[in-house]
Amino acid sequence: MSDTGKFGGYGGSYIPETLVPAVEELAEAYGRLADDASFRAELDGYLQEYAGRPTPLYLARNLTERVGGARIYLKREDLCHGGAHKINNTLGQALLARRMKKSRIIAETGAGQHGVATAMACAALGMKAAVYMGSRDVERQRLNVYRMNLLGSEVIPVESGSRTLKDAINEAIRDWITNVDGTYYLLGSAVGPHPYPVMVRDFQSVIGREIMEQIGEPDAAVACVGGGSNAIGTFHPLASGPTRLVGIEAGGRGIDTGLHSATLTAGRPGILHGMMSYLLQDDAGQISETHSISAGLDYPGVGPEHAHYKDIGRVEYSTATDREVIDAFTLLCRTEGIIPALESAHALAGAVRLAANMKESESVVVTLSGRGDKDIGIVREYGRQDR
Amino acid sequence: MAGRIGELFGRLSGRGERALITYVMAGYPDHDSSMAAVRGLVRGGADLIELGFPFSDPLADGPVIQDAATTSLGMGMSMGTYHGMVRGIREYADTPVVMMTYANIAHSMGYGRFASESAQAGVDGFILPDMPVEESGDYTREARRNGTDTIFLVSPNTPARRVSRIARASTGFLYMVAVYGTTGARGGVSGDAIDSLRRTKEAAGDLPVGVGFGVAGPRDVRRYAEAGADGIIVGSAILRVVGESPRGDIESRVAEFVASLKAQTIL
Repeated sequence: MSDTGKFGGYGGSYIPETLVPAVEELAEAYGRLADDASFRAELDGYLQEYAGRPTPLYLARNLTERVGGARIYLKREDLCHGGAHKINNTLGQALLARRMKKSRIIAETGAGQHGVATAMACAALGMKAAVYMGSRDVERQRLNVYRMNLLGSEVIPVESGSRTLKDAINEAIRDWITNVDGTYYLLGSAVGPHPYPVMVRDFQSVIGREIMEQIGEPDAAVACVGGGSNAIGTFHPLASGPTRLVGIEAGGRGIDTGLHSATLTAGRPGILHGMMSYLLQDDAGQISETHSISAGLDYPGVGPEHAHYKDIGRVEYSTATDREVIDAFTLLCRTEGIIPALESAHALAGAVRLAANMKESESVVVTLSGRGDKDIGIVREYGRQDR
Repeated sequence: MAGRIGELFGRLSGRGERALITYVMAGYPDHDSSMAAVRGLVRGGADLIELGFPFSDPLADGPVIQDAATTSLGMGMSMGTYHGMVRGIREYADTPVVMMTYANIAHSMGYGRFASESAQAGVDGFILPDMPVEESGDYTREARRNGTDTIFLVSPNTPARRVSRIARASTGFLYMVAVYGTTGARGGVSGDAIDSLRRTKEAAGDLPVGVGFGVAGPRDVRRYAEAGADGIIVGSAILRVVGESPRGDIESRVAEFVASLKAQTIL
C-alpha cells in the first residue's frame, strides 16, 4: 500500500477537485493518529467499555455436528453494541473527527445499520450526525430511521437515482463538496477514495486480530462481502498466514438472472465513489441496479483491497443465493439459538458448504457480522411468498 | 498545436471578448430536442459547446443536471448516438464541442477508443470532473494522441501550487469551479469567487480560465467577464430553459437566452 492508497491497480482517489484538500487533510490526520498512543488508548477504551469488545469466538458444536466436517467457529460481532461490527469503525472515525475538530458529521446508510452505529458513536461522543438514506430504504427500514432519530441524528431521505445506498453515498459526497470546510464524512465501508479503504480496514481489523488471539490461524475464514468491511477486517490480519480466506457475495436470485449484488463474481473494474474497483456496470459503464435479500450487501461496488485480493488469488470469492441464505439463517436459529443478520447468513451459507468438504480436525471461522433482529420481517415475508 | 479551442480563445482575446461556454445534456429532454437546443446555442452566439454525456451517478452535479442525465439515459442515450449528434453539429457549425462526462464512461470504453472515436466525430476536448491529475496519465496521453484537449477543474480551495500543476495537465482551458458545491444556477457572484479567479489566473499562466458552477444569468456573466475570466460557463440555467420550453420552441428560447448571456461577454 502506498501513500496514494493503491492496492495493485485499485483504490486511488477519483474525486472532484473540491474534495482533494479535505481528503488530504483526512489522510494526514489519520496517518498521524493511527499509531498515536493516546488515540489508540482512547479508542481501545471505547471498544472495550462501550462496544463490548473483545467479542467471543464461539465453537458452534451443534452446527458442526449437523454439517459433519470441519469445526465451525462463530466470531460474534453480532454481540457488539448496536448488534453489528459497524460500531468498530464508527467509534474510530468519530474519535478521529473529534480530534480533527470537525463540528459536523455526515454519513450514508443503506439498511440503516451504519447510520445507527454512527448515531450511537456520535451520541456517545457528544456530536450529531446527518445521515443520508435512500428514500426506498427509508420506507423499508422505518424502525432504523426512528432509532437514528432517538439517538439524536437527523435522517435525510435521498430521492435521486435508485433511491438506495449508492445514491445515499452520492448525496453524502455532494453534501461534503458543498460544506467541505467543517464537515467530516463518516463513510461506513472499506470503499471510497483513499484513505477510507485503509482506515476502515484498520478499524475493522480488530476482528481478525482477536480471532488470531483466540484461535491462532484457523484453516479457513469466511465472511460476507458487500462493500466488504467486516470481511477485510477478518482477512487482512490473516492474509500473511496460511489461512484459506473465502468471501461470500450476494448471489440474489442467481447470477444468471442479473438480480444480484455479486460485484467481484460478475463485475469488472471501473471508477465509482472515488475509487477504482470492481463494479457492476453495463457495457457502456453505467452503474447497474443491484438486488439482494440483505440490504447491507446491496451495493454495486466493493472495497479496492478485495479487488486486489481477487486478482492475486489470495481470497476466493463466491456467492450464496437468497434461498441458500434463508436456509443458513434458519439452520443457525435452530441449531444454535442465534439469529444472524441476513448479511452474515451469506457467510454462514458459504462456511457450511466449505466445512462439509473439510476434515473434522480442521477449523473454519465465520464472521457473524451482525444479529438478525432487523431482518425478521423480511424472512417472514420470504417464507410467505415461497409458499 | 492549438486546436479549435485554443484558436477560439486567441481570436476572442484579440478583440476584447470573453468566451461564452454553454452546456446542454445530450438526449435531454429527448434526442431531437437536445439537438434543437444545440442549434439554439449556436444561433445565440455560444463560443463553445459543452455537450453532456449522461452517467448514472453524477456526483458533481446538482438536481437539474442529475435529472437531465436520468432522462437522457432513460431515452437510451449511447456513445454511438452521442457521436452521431456531434457529427450533426459539425455539418452546420464550427463551434468547438467539449464532452462533459464522468471518468467511468471513458475508462469503461478504454481511453484510447474513447478519445479516437470522439475525435473522429468532431469532439474537441473532454471534461471529467472525477478524474484528478494524479490518476490521469493514460487518459491525457490518449487524448493528446488524438488531438483533443483535456480540461481539468480547480476549486476555490485548491492551493496555488496545485493549480499550476493542474494547469500543466490541462489544454484548451482550465475550468475554475467558482463555488463550493455541485452544479446549479444559484446566481450571485461573491467576493471570494472573484478573489479565487484572480489567484487561479495567476497560477494558470497563459492557459485561459473558464469559470463555472452557479452562474445563473447575464448579470453573473458580466461580473466574471469584468473580473478577467477568459470564459464563463453556464449550464443548469440553460438546461432549465430547455426543460421549461414547449418542444417546438426550444431552439428559439435557448437562442434568446444565450444571446442575452453572450452580450455580456463583450467588454
